[in-house]
Amino acid sequence: MEALELARWQFGITTTYHFLFVPVSIGLALTVACMQTAWHRTKDPKYLRMTRFWGKLMLISFAVGVVTGIVQEFQFGMNWSGYSRFVGDVFGAPLAMEALAAFFVESTFIGIWIFGWGRIRPSLHLASIWAAALAATLSAYFILAANSWMQNPVGFELNEETGRAEMTSIWAILTNETTLYAFPHTIFAAISTAGAILIGVSALLILRRKDVEVFRPSLKIGLVVSLVGVLATMVVGDLMGKQLVKVQPMKMAAAEALYETEEPAPFSLLAVAPFEKQPERSSFDLAIPGLLSFLAKGDFSSEVKGINQLQAEAEAEYGPGNYRPIIGITYWTFRLMIGAGILMFLLAAIGIYLWWRNKLERSTWFLYAAIGGIALPFIANSMGWIFTEMGRQPWIVQGLLLTSQAESTSVGAGTVATSLIGFTLLYGVLGIIAGWLAYRFIHRGAEDAPETAGPAAEADEPDPKLKLSY
Amino acid sequence: MDWTNLETLWFVLIAVLWIGYFFLEGFDFGVGNLLPFLGRDDAGKRQMINTIGPFWDGNEVWLLTAGGATFAAFPEWYATLFSGFYLPLFIILLALIVRGVAFEFRGKHDSDRWRLTWDWAIVVGSVVPSILWGVAFANIVRGVPIDADGEYTGGFFNLLNGYALLGGITTLLLFTLSGALFLGLRTTGDMQVTAVRTARLLAPITTAVAAGFIIWTLADAADLGPLTLICAAGAAVLSVAVAVLAYRGMDGWGFALQGGVIAAAVSMLFVSLYPNVMPSSTDDAFSLTVFNASSSTYTLTVMTIVALVLTPIVLLYQAWTYHIFRARIGRTSFESKSPVDLIPGANPEGK
Repeated sequence: MEALELARWQFGITTTYHFLFVPVSIGLALTVACMQTAWHRTKDPKYLRMTRFWGKLMLISFAVGVVTGIVQEFQFGMNWSGYSRFVGDVFGAPLAMEALAAFFVESTFIGIWIFGWGRIRPSLHLASIWAAALAATLSAYFILAANSWMQNPVGFELNEETGRAEMTSIWAILTNETTLYAFPHTIFAAISTAGAILIGVSALLILRRKDVEVFRPSLKIGLVVSLVGVLATMVVGDLMGKQLVKVQPMKMAAAEALYETEEPAPFSLLAVAPFEKQPERSSFDLAIPGLLSFLAKGDFSSEVKGINQLQAEAEAEYGPGNYRPIIGITYWTFRLMIGAGILMFLLAAIGIYLWWRNKLERSTWFLYAAIGGIALPFIANSMGWIFTEMGRQPWIVQGLLLTSQAESTSVGAGTVATSLIGFTLLYGVLGIIAGWLAYRFIHRGAEDAPETAGPAAEADEPDPKLKLSY
Repeated sequence: MDWTNLETLWFVLIAVLWIGYFFLEGFDFGVGNLLPFLGRDDAGKRQMINTIGPFWDGNEVWLLTAGGATFAAFPEWYATLFSGFYLPLFIILLALIVRGVAFEFRGKHDSDRWRLTWDWAIVVGSVVPSILWGVAFANIVRGVPIDADGEYTGGFFNLLNGYALLGGITTLLLFTLSGALFLGLRTTGDMQVTAVRTARLLAPITTAVAAGFIIWTLADAADLGPLTLICAAGAAVLSVAVAVLAYRGMDGWGFALQGGVIAAAVSMLFVSLYPNVMPSSTDDAFSLTVFNASSSTYTLTVMTIVALVLTPIVLLYQAWTYHIFRARIGRTSFESKSPVDLIPGANPEGK
């Protein structure tokens, strides 16, 4: 394989992996902050036990998310120096802001939260988890602003002399329409992820009759969080799709394997084609008439441009070349994302129905399904990103820079292969260890609430017990 | 030398970020480096690890910020440096990953083999970057082969020269000394005594090696500005002072002045570079400078405002964390219980 291809694999693997943990951390941090607030308000030990149980689970995810995040920042320069030179003026700013405004708060206050039990006033301790959770959310804003610029470049001009993009308006970049959709879409997806974990893990422990007084309410919280989160993700996703048709029509057409421009355009349920051969039509396509027109433009009869026409337009604008992404990937990742999302919605909706009918804990089939449901957000999150990034190909910055122009020319294939193998092996081992730790931890159930009125009582001890600490 | 432009301001800011990183993460690397020597049993190791527990992650963000700021303010520098120093950075990344999860995972399962494995992860994850950061910075100062397009044309072994290796040993010693001084400040009992003794032993060696590195830097420098000499002299004098303070067991002042040593040494490197950011050993004309590697004035202005508003706030709450966790840590709380014992049912053997 060429260095370029290896670098793409490395970016894909490390980024998808990193993003397995990020939504868990963001979603659980927000949820745990709410649980601790409930404990702070009511002093009900049930909420304290919840806070500590889900908090520890969050920390396992957090640890892997943080360390794999450093790779993300470094590999732009390491593997994509052509890209870095071209976009640094624009793209570096939100990255630096993310570190200054969000990462410092996040890392400092998560440290205070872990080690501060009993050392600082409970209200300050509560504030520290909120600070960490909100900073994690804010970090998503900055990195999505950076990514959105790659999808929909705004607030810049091309410097003729240097051939580079230069920022003309930071405001335009931070309020990029794509960011305004991508941010809530991602955050609600993170909240849905936390919801699915709450539901599935609680179901497992209820089935084992372990600490039911903690996991019964956890399950219910999970159902509400999940239902709200998934619905909001879907609503924003729909709006995002409409905007996508405007700024990246090829990505949308590729998501649908819509080869010919159609008016009205159907929504494909199952298309079969030899995608790898770049065909000009699907061999077989089962579709709902008019639905894509509705999803894309809001009415059932409007025109949606097809891949073939968009390819011809791109050639006219940018010169000869292949401007189609790999249709098989965009088509299936898009469907898997939506499919997993719909299943998550069904799971939460059925759970709430059973809760309403007071049959939640007796419906073992539901509890087993809920355990399986833990996989759904991970599928949806990864597929969503693979779709977003692969759907933009061959561009690394839509319409401005091709991925093939972005690599580090000074880095050879052997070097990239070394890091690709190294990261993949290490990440694999870490994933197994983190999964095993989480599994064992979950099976132990929630610890008992401290005998005293809470962590505050530890404050008087000269050597406070380090319960969440190392 | 004209200092009144945004490019130079950002050059200074990036130097400040690296000083912050080397001072702060330096001592937590140092604690990791000393783990096998000072942590004689599990309680001792936990006592050591918990001194840096609340801080190491926040300290590491200084690195992320330095990286992000370089990307934003000097894209060409970022691109050349990160692609050119590919393998060392890859190894640093592996080390930082293993080290970060080691802190978090070490206490989450009760088995001696498990803890031993993560202990080694912490040691390797601390020693390797302690050396490689020095190697990397020494190479930047020394100059590496860079072509007309700003691309690094050397190989991995280009980076392993005498001067760079001395730089690596210098940072290893500096960080380890910081760690010993920090442990002296933050622990009680036997650990404190041993830490102070270790600092007393390490300080003169560190001073001697650092002096060697400073002299080599000055000897190689193309033109010696007065500022470079002031920084070099400052680093040398402060380093001697740290050795004296360590000898007298005044680890508080020793630790504070150790920050001064790091600040002066990093400043010396940056001042001797200026106006270059990455001199090319191939041809002076190909060197990256603060001017040809920088972002547009607009971007630099935006980033200046952001940095001037946020950096003081960051410093305030990070300082506050150190204030919260100022209490010395004894070993008693680690003797009988590991965190696992506090989780019901986790340790049926009752060990």
